Formats: sequence, structure tokens, C-alpha cells
Amino acid sequence: MTPAGALPLRPGHMSERLVSREEVPVSNVSVPDLECREVTRIFGEFRAVDGVSFTVEPGSFFSILGPSGCGKTTLLRMIAGFLEPTSGKIAIKGRDMTGVPPNRRPVSMVFQHLALFPMMDVGRNVGFGLRQQGVPRAEIDRRVADALARVGLPGIERRRIEELSGGQRQRVAIARAMVLEPDLLLLDEPLGALDLKLREHMKVELKKLQEGFGTTFVYITHDQSEAMVMSDKVAVMNNGRFEQVGRPQDLYYRPATAFVAGFVGDANRFVGKVVTTDGKGIVARTDDGLEVRAVAAADALAPGTRVEIFVRPEAVRMARAAAGSDATAAEANHAIGTVQDVLFNGANSRVLVRLEQAGQRGGREMDVAIPQTGEYADLSRGERLSLAWAAEAARAYPARADGPSEEAGA
Amino acid sequence: MRRREVGISLYLLMTPLVLWLTLLIILPHVAMFVVSLRERVGVGTYAFGLSNYLTFFQEPLYWNTFLRTAIMSVLATVLTFLIGFPVAWYIAKIARGRLGQALFLACLIPFWVSELVRTYGWMILLRESGVFSSLLQFLGLADGPVELLYNDAAIMVGLVYTSMLFMVVPLVTTLESLDDSLVEAAYDMGASSWAVLREIILPHAKPGIVSGAIVVFMLSLGNYLTPILLGGKSSLWFTGLIYDQFITRFNWEQGSAFGFLLLALSSAIVWAGLRLSGQSLRDTMART
Repeated sequence: MTPAGALPLRPGHMSERLVSREEVPVSNVSVPDLECREVTRIFGEFRAVDGVSFTVEPGSFFSILGPSGCGKTTLLRMIAGFLEPTSGKIAIKGRDMTGVPPNRRPVSMVFQHLALFPMMDVGRNVGFGLRQQGVPRAEIDRRVADALARVGLPGIERRRIEELSGGQRQRVAIARAMVLEPDLLLLDEPLGALDLKLREHMKVELKKLQEGFGTTFVYITHDQSEAMVMSDKVAVMNNGRFEQVGRPQDLYYRPATAFVAGFVGDANRFVGKVVTTDGKGIVARTDDGLEVRAVAAADALAPGTRVEIFVRPEAVRMARAAAGSDATAAEANHAIGTVQDVLFNGANSRVLVRLEQAGQRGGREMDVAIPQTGEYADLSRGERLSLAWAAEAARAYPARADGPSEEAGA
Repeated sequence: MRRREVGISLYLLMTPLVLWLTLLIILPHVAMFVVSLRERVGVGTYAFGLSNYLTFFQEPLYWNTFLRTAIMSVLATVLTFLIGFPVAWYIAKIARGRLGQALFLACLIPFWVSELVRTYGWMILLRESGVFSSLLQFLGLADGPVELLYNDAAIMVGLVYTSMLFMVVPLVTTLESLDDSLVEAAYDMGASSWAVLREIILPHAKPGIVSGAIVVFMLSLGNYLTPILLGGKSSLWFTGLIYDQFITRFNWEQGSAFGFLLLALSSAIVWAGLRLSGQSLRDTMART
């Protein structure tokens, strides 16, 4: 392999600020496997990726989560080398990648539709990269067999690609990428084409494989459950920018922006105006007249600011209204409503409650998780419930200019 | 009752095909084969025999021309592929959408005029008093008029030009069906552009290449106009010999024998080509 920095940097391709920094770190302690600094890609007028900076620690599973069209594929293709950033810098193991073509980068990619070569059998597919490097035949055979064994498919070298099942193809694609011992494995929604059951299985499998290989994985997906289950760190991307980078728990319990709060996990969303504030705590009146006590998620919010407030379904406690409201009276927020629908789904069962607020009939609906005590097994449509949630469970964010309307919810 | 109705509609649907096959293909060939096995022993009297075929092997001019035609046709096929492949790649993968359609149409436009007119176009360019000759003199690269017509190169140019579309169409079809991510994946795994071409693109395009090559080869082998007009008297194209037998010498027996030999030759070379490329005729035809 070429030593770090052996490939010449293209002059004039980086901003001056970046050139002034040291290009090749001397020690390899704490050199991130991947470092992106102010990476931007513009297509015509459209900023597909807009000033994204992040680092990925060696041996970690890093996911980029975002809705389709958020720029995550563009970002991944820049890391792989299929696209050059309009500005900014990408470094892999401390080595600047500007101007380095994909076939010279220490990166392998697992494609969305896997891109296994139908004209070759499994063994030739997995050995493809090694053949390009001119590795001797005997060693290719040995390493191919080893890679296939590690993904749990020993001895299938002579099988044709069409003969494999979806899950097997998945693992062959990973073996094909991993046999090259890349510094970084990029995965472009490789589970998207699988059916639900297999996808659930492969999530766990991928995580195990990543731990087994010890290679850094950068995984992009629009499926939050894939990102949450597998990743050490997740970056939530929207409109070409990173909204938040953090552990899955951080994203779920402490979303930094309204977008993250709405995109990661389910949440009831209220849009309104701040009435009074008390440090971080606020009282807001929603557009449909509900008074909600919440806490500002980030900066303090001044009275009069338009806010979006998110409440997780499982943060709402419920009690049958007929049994008295003692169970919910202590909480900061409470409301009465009638059961609109029971969405039974085992442990993830929900109830849709239509709130009766300020004398309005047919007010907004709230999505509430049903406690798994069996107490509500006979809940049925039309029953009255009293709901309550703590002010801390309601996180308020300054309203987005282009945010969805009230009814769209999260 | 119902069964009979189905039978009738099936026969009706089959009729054009059956008529076409028997009247236009099977009958003339059978008749020609019978003619080719006739020997003229006197005025108006014929005997059965193989002498027409023997003549072919005894006369060096005949089988030399025969071989020459075969080799030139193979060469024309290879050249057409070498020129047509980049064109097809550009249309299928680089200039997508409207530009791709426009380029495709540009390949088709020469076929809107008759082959005769197209060939005369080349003659205007290549002849002694033609465009290229004048240009060379104007640039001072030649002292006098240059004759570019009536040689093998001129025949080759004409053949490639005539067959280009038949190579480009199947190539564009197969290349369009090539998933770009296969190319990217190969590139990502360290393959050079040459390795991507050899290991991914060509194996994928093989059915298109083979079917294009078969059509171009047959067209070149059976071409009459282009070799005669661009190659002149010395063109020595086998179809020219067949024409001579039928029209000039009025020796239909010999002409038929030559026709059958040409048929055998083209079948043999196509078969060999399919064997070499590991394709079956059925696969190849299904892909185009």
C-alpha cells in the first residue's frame, strides 16, 4: 500500500484554512478512520451536501440517517471517491483523499443492490479485488475461503449468484468487500431490498460481523430502526446538513433539533406560541388552544416565539377517566379524551385519543402507548381517558420555517 | 366445437408465417439446390451430378475469391465492432435521455436513403476528382489527383459504414441493461478501466456483441453493391461471381452452386463464432 501522503495533493482544491493544517499527522494515536471537514457538494444551484463535518472513530459503526433526498448518498459517494466535493476535505486514516480515484482508496463499498457480478461465480466475485491487486492464485483462494467462512457461508465458491438467497447475497457482498481488508467499509442501504423478517435478522447479523471484523463501518439508511440497532453513533441528516451526531440514545432522549425529534422515533407534535417562561421551562398555547408545559430543548425561548413541542407516546401516562383523575393529577400536563382507535401491536400497542379541550369537539388526536400491564387489554373505542405527561417529557424547539403543518404530525 | 374454433384462429394466425417460410425461403432454396445439382450435357439436356461444385474447387479464382470474401467480412465485422462499441457506450451510458435519442437517430438517418445513394456518396468523397483528393492537393500533401476508390480499403470503409447501425443497436440495448453499480463496484475494488472493460462490461455485452457480429458478418458477406461500386473491377467479391454466373454467363447451375457454397460458408463461420464465444443462437437472438 502507498504510504500516507504519497499521493500528491491537488493544489487549489482546498480552502486556505484547511491547507494551513497539518496534512499527515505524525502519530497514529487518535487518528480517526474517517474525517470530513466542511464537505460541500453543489449540483447546479442545489446544495446536496452543505458543509458537513464529522469524524468516525476506528472500529466503530457509524450510521448516517436521513430521509430520501437528504444528501446521504451523495456524501457516501464522495467518501468512496465517485464524486469529488465542491469544497471541503475528506481524509481516511489521516490521509487526504482529494483527487484519489475510487480504485486507489482504502475503502470498500457494499452497494444498495449489492452489485454482485452475475457473470462470475461466488468465488470469482469475492476474489475480484484480490485479482486486481495481482495477489497469487493460491493466496486468493485461501483468503476467499476465509472471507466466506467468516460471513458464515463456507465452501460456496462455485455457486452462481442467481442460486443464492437474498441473505446469502448480502453476506457474499460483505465478504467481497471485506476480503480486501479496507480501512473503511461503506454500506449504501444494503438491507433495503430484503423482506422485513430477513431485514430484522440481517441487522443483528451485520452488527455481529462488524464486531467480528473490527472494521469501521459507515452505513447510510433512511430506516431509523436499522441505524439505532446497529450503530455506535448516528448522524441525522436533513437538507444536506447534519442535524445531530450522537449515540442512538442521545438522539432518542435528547434530540437537538425539531427535525431530529420528529424523525427519530414517534412523537406527538404540537405547534404553538410561548406564553410565559421560567428559565428553561415554558408554557405554550398551541394553535388549537391546548396549554402545554414544556422545557426548551436547547436555548431559552422568549415569550411570543413560535415553538414545536414533541411528546413521545410512551411518555404519556393514561388512566380511565371514570376511575377518577388521581393517577394523572400530579403531572404538569393533563388532558381528557376519548379513544378514537386502538392500534394493537403486541408490546408496541398504541391508542389514538381525541382530546376534548377548551370546549372544542373533535380536537387534535394524540398517540399514546398502552402500558403493558394488561390493565388496558379491554380498551375500546369511545372510552374516556385522562392523559398526563411531565413538563420534562415535552421538549420545545423553535418552530422551523418550513416545518410540516400541525395535522401532519410526526 | 370450441376446440375447433381455437384451431381455426390458430391456423389463420400461422398462415402468413407459413406462407412466408415456404414461398420465400424453403421453396427457392430447394429449387436452387436442385438446379445446382444439374449438369448441362447438351443443348436443353441435363444430367444429375456434382460437377458445378467440383468446378469451384478446381478453379483457384473461385475459391480464392471465396476465402477473400470471408476474411474481408470477418475484418469488416471486427472493425465495425471496434468503432461501434465506443459509439454504443456513449449513447447508452454517457449521453442519456434526449441527447442519447438524438445520437441514436443520427445513426439511423443514413438508412433513410437507399444503399445505392449512400455508396455514391462515398464515391464522391473518395474518387480521383473527389473531396478528399482535392483537400489533399489543397493542403499540399499530394502533387496530383489521388485515387482513393477501387481498393480494399475503400471496400472496407463502405462495408463498415453500411453495417454500423446493425452493430450499434444490439450493443446499445445490452449496454443499457448493464447496471452502473457493477462498473462502480469493480472500480471501487481496485480494478483499472481496462480490467472493468474486460471483466465486467464485455462479458455483460457479449450477447449483444455476438448478435451484432452475426448480422454485420452476414450483411458484409452477402453485400453486392458496396464491393462492386467501391472496389470496382478488381473487387473480387464472391457475390460478384454469383452475379456473373446468373446474369453475364447465364449459367444458373453454376450460380446456384456458388450460392449454396456461400450459404454453407456463412453458416459455418457463424457457428464457429458462437462456439468460440460460448453463446447459443437462441440466447443471442432472444437478447436482441
